Amino acid sequence: MAEVLFFLAAIGAVAGAVGTVSLRNPFYAVLALVCHLLALAALFLLLYAQFVAAAQVVVYAGAVMVLYVFVVAYVGGAGEPLTGSTGTSLRFASILFALALFVELTIAIVGTGLTALETEGAGAGGAFGTPAVVGELFLTKFLVAFEIASLLLLIAAVGAVILARRRTGLADEGEVSVSDVMRRPEVTAGQAEPGSMIEAAGPPRR
Amino acid sequence: MALTWYLVASALIFSIGAGGVLVRRNPLVILLCIELMLNAANLALVAFSRAHGNMDGQMFALIVMVVAACEVAVGLGLIVALFRRRLPIDVDELRELSG
Repeated sequence: MAEVLFFLAAIGAVAGAVGTVSLRNPFYAVLALVCHLLALAALFLLLYAQFVAAAQVVVYAGAVMVLYVFVVAYVGGAGEPLTGSTGTSLRFASILFALALFVELTIAIVGTGLTALETEGAGAGGAFGTPAVVGELFLTKFLVAFEIASLLLLIAAVGAVILARRRTGLADEGEVSVSDVMRRPEVTAGQAEPGSMIEAAGPPRR
Repeated sequence: MALTWYLVASALIFSIGAGGVLVRRNPLVILLCIELMLNAANLALVAFSRAHGNMDGQMFALIVMVVAACEVAVGLGLIVALFRRRLPIDVDELRELSG
């Protein structure tokens, strides 16, 4: 039973990964990554990592992927040509590199002397991987890592806001301020004044 | 199920992600491929945690997820800033710094 579940989840994860890399439309790539993450959560469950699997589904496949979907919708998920100035020879070399990396990693894993890898793993108690154990470890043994992680999240959130904000000081005339966005419902599409949202949302220069 | 299978799956997903970073030109998709590589590392960490019967690997995987979330937030902020400045969303054309 575990073998069947493993192969189903592993095939789903690898198929999601291939779809993420090969799908031309970024929106579909994000959806393929969601499939990949859900299959990976099943793999985590097979490894008795219940809390990691739940966090994977809720945080990754839920929150982070919603962020991706919003940015793809904002930037515009226009399909990019897969071949272009990059050149086919460079693509071929990249795929060859990925294959070589896989072969190398597989040789390293299969050829290792670790005997534990041939087994199902050490005996896992009933509490292995449950939220209770995770919470206790985070507040005792890994307290410093936990606090640093929270600080890092705060720094990243502030940094993302500063990166993506509207720069009023050194803006060119195409950008708009927050007050323009608030005023937007009164302006109809026909009489958009310069600098308003309607003009600013024009097609980006390529 | 022998744990070697999990590690080989992890290696396969990591290689696909690395190839994707090299092949694709859209920075959004490159971020997605970096996510793939981080998740492959997470799978290996959880598998080794199972091999040892020790929770440390799972805690490491959770911290990796936090760092990945931070990386996504900053990376998407960069892409939005690129879009605001009407720059091309294409890593091959953003080569002003390469001299």
